[in-house]
Amino acid sequence: MIAAGRCAALRQWPARVGRPAFHAQARHYSVTREENKVAKFPGTKGSDGKYTVSLIEGDGIGPEISQSVKDIFHAANAPVKWEPIDVSPVFIDGKQSIPPDAIDSITRNFVALKGPLATPVGKGHVSLNLTLRRTFNLFANVRPCKSIQGYKTPYDNVDTVLIRENTEGEYSGIEHVVVDGVVQSIKLITRDACERVLRFAFQYAQDVGKPKVRAVHKATIMKMSDGLFLRIAQEIAKEYPNVEFDSELLDNACLRVVSDPTPYNDKVLVMPNLYGDILSDMCAGLIGGLGLTPSGNIGDKCSIFEAVHGSAPDIAGKGLANPTALLLSSIMMLQHMGLYEHAEKIQSAIFKTLADGTTITGDLGGKAKTHEYADAVIKNL
Amino acid sequence: MFSRGSQQAAQTLLRSARTQCPANPSVAARSYATINPDIFKPTKFGGKYTVTLIPGDGIGAEVSESVKTIFKADNVPVEWEQVDVSGMESGDKHSEELFRESIASLRRNKLGLKGILHTPVDRSGHQSFNVALRQELDIYASIVLIKNIPGYETRHKNVDLCIIRENTEGEYSGLEHQSVDGVVESLKIITRAKSERIAKFAFSFALANNRRKVTCIHKANIMKLADGLFRNTVRKVGEEYPTIETNDMIVDNASMQCVSRPQQFDVMVMPNLYGGILSNIGAGLVGGPGIVPGCNMGREVAVFEPGCRHVGLDIKGKDQANPTALILSGSMMLRHLGLDDHANRISKAVYDVIADGKVRTRDMGGASTTHEFTRAILDSMEKQ
Repeated sequence: MIAAGRCAALRQWPARVGRPAFHAQARHYSVTREENKVAKFPGTKGSDGKYTVSLIEGDGIGPEISQSVKDIFHAANAPVKWEPIDVSPVFIDGKQSIPPDAIDSITRNFVALKGPLATPVGKGHVSLNLTLRRTFNLFANVRPCKSIQGYKTPYDNVDTVLIRENTEGEYSGIEHVVVDGVVQSIKLITRDACERVLRFAFQYAQDVGKPKVRAVHKATIMKMSDGLFLRIAQEIAKEYPNVEFDSELLDNACLRVVSDPTPYNDKVLVMPNLYGDILSDMCAGLIGGLGLTPSGNIGDKCSIFEAVHGSAPDIAGKGLANPTALLLSSIMMLQHMGLYEHAEKIQSAIFKTLADGTTITGDLGGKAKTHEYADAVIKNL
Repeated sequence: MFSRGSQQAAQTLLRSARTQCPANPSVAARSYATINPDIFKPTKFGGKYTVTLIPGDGIGAEVSESVKTIFKADNVPVEWEQVDVSGMESGDKHSEELFRESIASLRRNKLGLKGILHTPVDRSGHQSFNVALRQELDIYASIVLIKNIPGYETRHKNVDLCIIRENTEGEYSGLEHQSVDGVVESLKIITRAKSERIAKFAFSFALANNRRKVTCIHKANIMKLADGLFRNTVRKVGEEYPTIETNDMIVDNASMQCVSRPQQFDVMVMPNLYGGILSNIGAGLVGGPGIVPGCNMGREVAVFEPGCRHVGLDIKGKDQANPTALILSGSMMLRHLGLDDHANRISKAVYDVIADGKVRTRDMGGASTTHEFTRAILDSMEKQ
């Protein structure tokens, strides 16, 4: 177990070391210049004027909600061509991996949209999500949560953005049984991974126009690991004088977000893996659950945008699924690709449909089928 | 010196738990997590209990002043043994000695009321006093009660949950090292013995307090060995308590459920870090850290402290702090001692003042000072 875990961790290092060394350069500029951007989208349009995007439809309700996205993109004339790929795991040299075709497709297109995947229950199966994250070294997970007009929750005007380190921390997968009944689980924090995600957080704040970045940590208790994260955050903050930086204890952040999330509207929160996992789902809870929140996994070369909810096999094929999360993720994808106009157009159509409230799906208290909802969005385009 | 009556009464919190402890005593007796029969024998001299009082940093001095005033006004048979230990960076060499003294005092009195000690981020090589104290005295179970206070409206209604948190291991083990420059490892330790101990505590607590369900919070899908051990141990202990429903939930889902539908939870049991996160989320649901009481239980020592452990350095000395959390923690302590009359009188007065709504501290949307709030409680107690 430990050996496997350590190898997995080691395998990622050469990739990090081999990255272009733009750190030193970036310090000279107050604003990140285009060519120095972390995780910049390198894709280009094909001969037909369209970008090709790999599409993983996913399991369960995945095909239905992907269809809605395809229909809406088609109606909005988004310059996107879909390349459907299958990521059912294959075994290469006895190790679980995703099919080489799928890897090729995503590597070629630099961007993918992904529906929910079901992880087979049983021993020896690594979650496919984790495999994808490792394969493409997707180091940052971006989770915006914005209140949806027309769907009432106890919280109004939520507009948080949370960025989570995605490759190490508590999820390093390094654990072992010391003696029977005593388990050690290792939280791994490295300078490289921290620098990368923090730099991305500052850049993202600038890109989406949030004036502040806040690091969330527990350095009072984990002085070395979270202390390192915090110290690097303070260093990186100096490279971005236009963005205000501060830090907050995990406990305080939990308390304040739940008491009143609105002061977080002007901030991008950045944190290590586990805290990010917990807080991003909690923020989703503020606005009504995972069915309404998009997510983006950002890597140096490729980025994968996905719906984080489950594959809901119980309602699969019945036309009851809500495609909003995948749609909003596809909008994040358009923004990542620089197609801001199309993103804006589709997004406002979605929000209009939801605010209108007549054609919404069952999970939001409406009666519409998946395709009826998609049609309503198309009408509002 | 010890009156038999008081000894018995002192065991209020766990007495029903003990009598209802599951069958199969031979196994129970061998296991690490057995509840000691002479648990909690606080000293009583001259008809008074001696209780260690650690006001703590930040708002600690003000709110413990409030508790002292209220206890005195109600003639509570408690003698304080105050230790002014501080976690602040004062350059004072005595801080370590004071810390030792507070531990010795708690060992002696077996009972304490404590504010929160500050832990500076940048001081290296010094562990948090709060954590060290819990580990040293082995006060392994933290209990935080999250409940709406009648008359104080928040976003969520009918919240009534209880968070039981393992206090001595997990992510707070304090074991960390730097392998090479820029690569740090932090160890999270989960042991079967301590998981079993906290699970038994949680189920006994649920039985004693007429609660129906115990939810185990974990992240066993990722930390398969560590959290897996915790979850499986809780599940196994749960089999010994057939009248209580047992289920488990992954920590990120639990946090989401907490903010969208907190009413579904009853008793929740979890490792250390998740407890810190969920107790703060819980406090956010019902109105903030100023009103959430809590306590830490060990085999010998019980320390009562505000449930979600905020120092409150920002409002220190401004007479703005809400003493409710510490007062309610104090009344929990009185119930623990069997002094139910005093406990009920004090907590009723607090609830009445809050329900009345005229005198509230700033965190509850009022404009009153700590002193005014304390005064109102005293008045309300007089009227009873």
